[in-house]
Amino acid sequence: MSITQSSASLFSTTEEKEGTFNARYSLWIKEALDELPHSFTITDPFISGHPIVFASPGFLKMTGYSREEVIGRNGRAFQGPKTNRRSIMEIREAIREERPVQVSILNYRKSGSPFWMLFHMIPVFGNDDGRVIHFVAVQVPISGQKMRNGSGCSEMVFGSCRREVCLGSFVHQERALPVECDEQELENWEHCEASESEKLKSAEAVGSVLSVLTRYSEFAGRLVCGKRNCLRGADCLSSSLVISLGRIKQSFVLTNPCLPDMPIVYASDAFLTLTGYKRHEVLGQNCRFLSGVDTDSSVLYEMKECILKGQPCTVQILNYRKDKSTFWNLLHISPVRNASGKTAYFVGVQMEASCKDIESKELRPEPRQLSVVGAVRVAVRSSFMATC
Amino acid sequence: MLKIKRVPTVVSNYQKDEASDESVGCGRNCLGACCLNGARLPLYACNKLEKSGTGEKVVISGEAREPPVAFLESLVLGEWEDRFQRGLFRYDVTACETKVIPGKYGFVAQLNEGRHLKKRPTEFRVDKVLQSFDGNKFNFTKVGQEELLFQFEAGEDCEAQFFPCMPVDAENSPSVVAINVSPIEYGHVLLIPRVLDCLPQRIDHKSLLLALHMAAEAANPYFRLGYNSLGAFATINHLHFQAYYLAMPFPLEKAPSKKMITTVSGVKISELVNYPVRSLLFEGGTSMQDLSDTVSDACVCLQNNNIPFNILISDSGRQIFLMPQCYAEKQALGEVSPELLETQVNPAVWEISGHMVLKRKEDYEGASEENAWRLLAEASLSEERFKEVNALIFEAIGCSNQEEELEGILVQPSGSVNQTGNRTLGGPITNGTASECLVLQ
Repeated sequence: MSITQSSASLFSTTEEKEGTFNARYSLWIKEALDELPHSFTITDPFISGHPIVFASPGFLKMTGYSREEVIGRNGRAFQGPKTNRRSIMEIREAIREERPVQVSILNYRKSGSPFWMLFHMIPVFGNDDGRVIHFVAVQVPISGQKMRNGSGCSEMVFGSCRREVCLGSFVHQERALPVECDEQELENWEHCEASESEKLKSAEAVGSVLSVLTRYSEFAGRLVCGKRNCLRGADCLSSSLVISLGRIKQSFVLTNPCLPDMPIVYASDAFLTLTGYKRHEVLGQNCRFLSGVDTDSSVLYEMKECILKGQPCTVQILNYRKDKSTFWNLLHISPVRNASGKTAYFVGVQMEASCKDIESKELRPEPRQLSVVGAVRVAVRSSFMATC
Repeated sequence: MLKIKRVPTVVSNYQKDEASDESVGCGRNCLGACCLNGARLPLYACNKLEKSGTGEKVVISGEAREPPVAFLESLVLGEWEDRFQRGLFRYDVTACETKVIPGKYGFVAQLNEGRHLKKRPTEFRVDKVLQSFDGNKFNFTKVGQEELLFQFEAGEDCEAQFFPCMPVDAENSPSVVAINVSPIEYGHVLLIPRVLDCLPQRIDHKSLLLALHMAAEAANPYFRLGYNSLGAFATINHLHFQAYYLAMPFPLEKAPSKKMITTVSGVKISELVNYPVRSLLFEGGTSMQDLSDTVSDACVCLQNNNIPFNILISDSGRQIFLMPQCYAEKQALGEVSPELLETQVNPAVWEISGHMVLKRKEDYEGASEENAWRLLAEASLSEERFKEVNALIFEAIGCSNQEEELEGILVQPSGSVNQTGNRTLGGPITNGTASECLVLQ
């Protein structure tokens, strides 16, 4: 999505990103991971932009970047003009469906030179709540072997579906000797198949990283594991939905009307900035904490009526920040349906108004607020349609 | 003349039966001469420069420029939400249940009982891909202005520009984006190139390039554009593309492909493997224009040879699928099984891509990858016919149908280059009227 997406989020510094990583695991996790020889990265889907929160020394060496240049960036920063579009789609879909993937892909170093690698990624789940905490991605450089198909050079590009779809007879792997070729050549390869030993290496690396994470999460009392051990709770959004919502750069919240007291289940970074609260302080709470002494109760009543009727509404309401200061909030609320066709959430989009607009009798939402609603609608509708 | 009875999907609130009288005096705030004066719409002019491979904006003078308005979300989705809340759609598409059908490809099925209007069926000529524009029939100049979201053009500048309130000026031959009042998904819109020029439904180089620009500008792989030729289930003979947003891959996009050829301008052409509808995939090219022109040349060839087809623009304009089909012809000749006909699913671009809108609950409950496959397979050309059509296309775009090894002896594209940019290569020259087109059957 393109709402002012920048490679480093506007709202978190490098320390903050690493901080959320550290919060999950006990002390010395970074040192333990640093000791592993492999190239790997760890990303956090719950931070806007799905950024890298840890990069191993092996990764930094392979790509030529420094730690500061990598933390906070999204993985696609290492792709380039000749990176195969299907491989990119495969990775994107694996993230959306919260499943592992192993694909060869062309990436680019800091110097701009391309290299082929086997990209092996797995989701890491919270043991207690079943949601995806991180994605771990291992990178194994591939030596130059080109896949050939019997006679003729036509090359198969595998689609994003599971391998069974591709007829076995099409692929006749003949091992060519490792080819010495210049980098210009590398970009023109359609595909570069990893050898069995390279695939084993990646699986091994993934296993090592996972066991370090498991051990250190256990020490911290918040175990993670490689398999989802329980169904995700109703108050917990899928990581793909969170990634989609994280691209929307305005203040908004999602509340769940099916849970008692209609709690907030998602709050954007901009909302937290506007109100001064931290995320853990608002998740699970009803929005009424934003109201205070001077908030007009008839407006609250109007909102409640609209929610009960399942209708959108726009109000001007006096809200209070965490520091008790007030602001006029032009608030637009609307029910949002998921793939079942039923209302799954309400979205509330806040806009700070400099003063109360006394003139207009009939309040209309700002175009920017409608954009947020639209973007939320498509995200919510699609998020429940992930295949298993 | 082959005919079948069809009930076309209503895409505008002002679309009436073609048989009814259109000459009633206006008051509808449409785009005709009667109401155009004083009409204003936002205008988005996308930038001229190519995007780099990653889809990020090309960096100019060391600073990446953000578009003035986040294109997809603000204009398309925001304006759509506005019309949604104003009740301009025939139904709430988000209230229609939808699911991914279990299987290898993940076809998407939707239960939508309201999409197909129950009314007198109209006759629709299905055996001619090229038919002249008929001002008496419904067309997009008759659409109410409230159904229009914004004007869109390929700008002249290096920067994208947005004007919130620009007069709709016939002199500029504006292209517009309108809502589809019978949406297949939230955000379903129509791109109507040079709406006031009343172009018939046929691909030309300029229009396809505009469609590619829109896909590139949205910069989101889940926002695709589609096109149906006449005979391939286009409902209105006024040039338009459709577009909407679905945050998952289409089965068509997941199908494996086998490379066939690379043109001299670097466009790679592949054929899909193991997909029910035999299709070509175009990608690459040294510029977006090269990719667009190659596909346009192929389409013009199909049009001239009276072969119906659909187009899907995917991956933010980097991939274009071309699907020739023959379902309507089979249907008219009575060759489609009654079972398939009863579902009343017409394999247009979205269906072929793998998104099926089903009208009956039993079809939705019983939706399976097998059923979807069977329906789509009916639309596909046979292996033999597909090879013939490919040969025609390759000749038209100036390549012989050879394996990559022989690329060195590719023939340079030849043929007259029209000053106005409407190139025709191979085949008979068309000058806009159907009567001059050869019908090869």
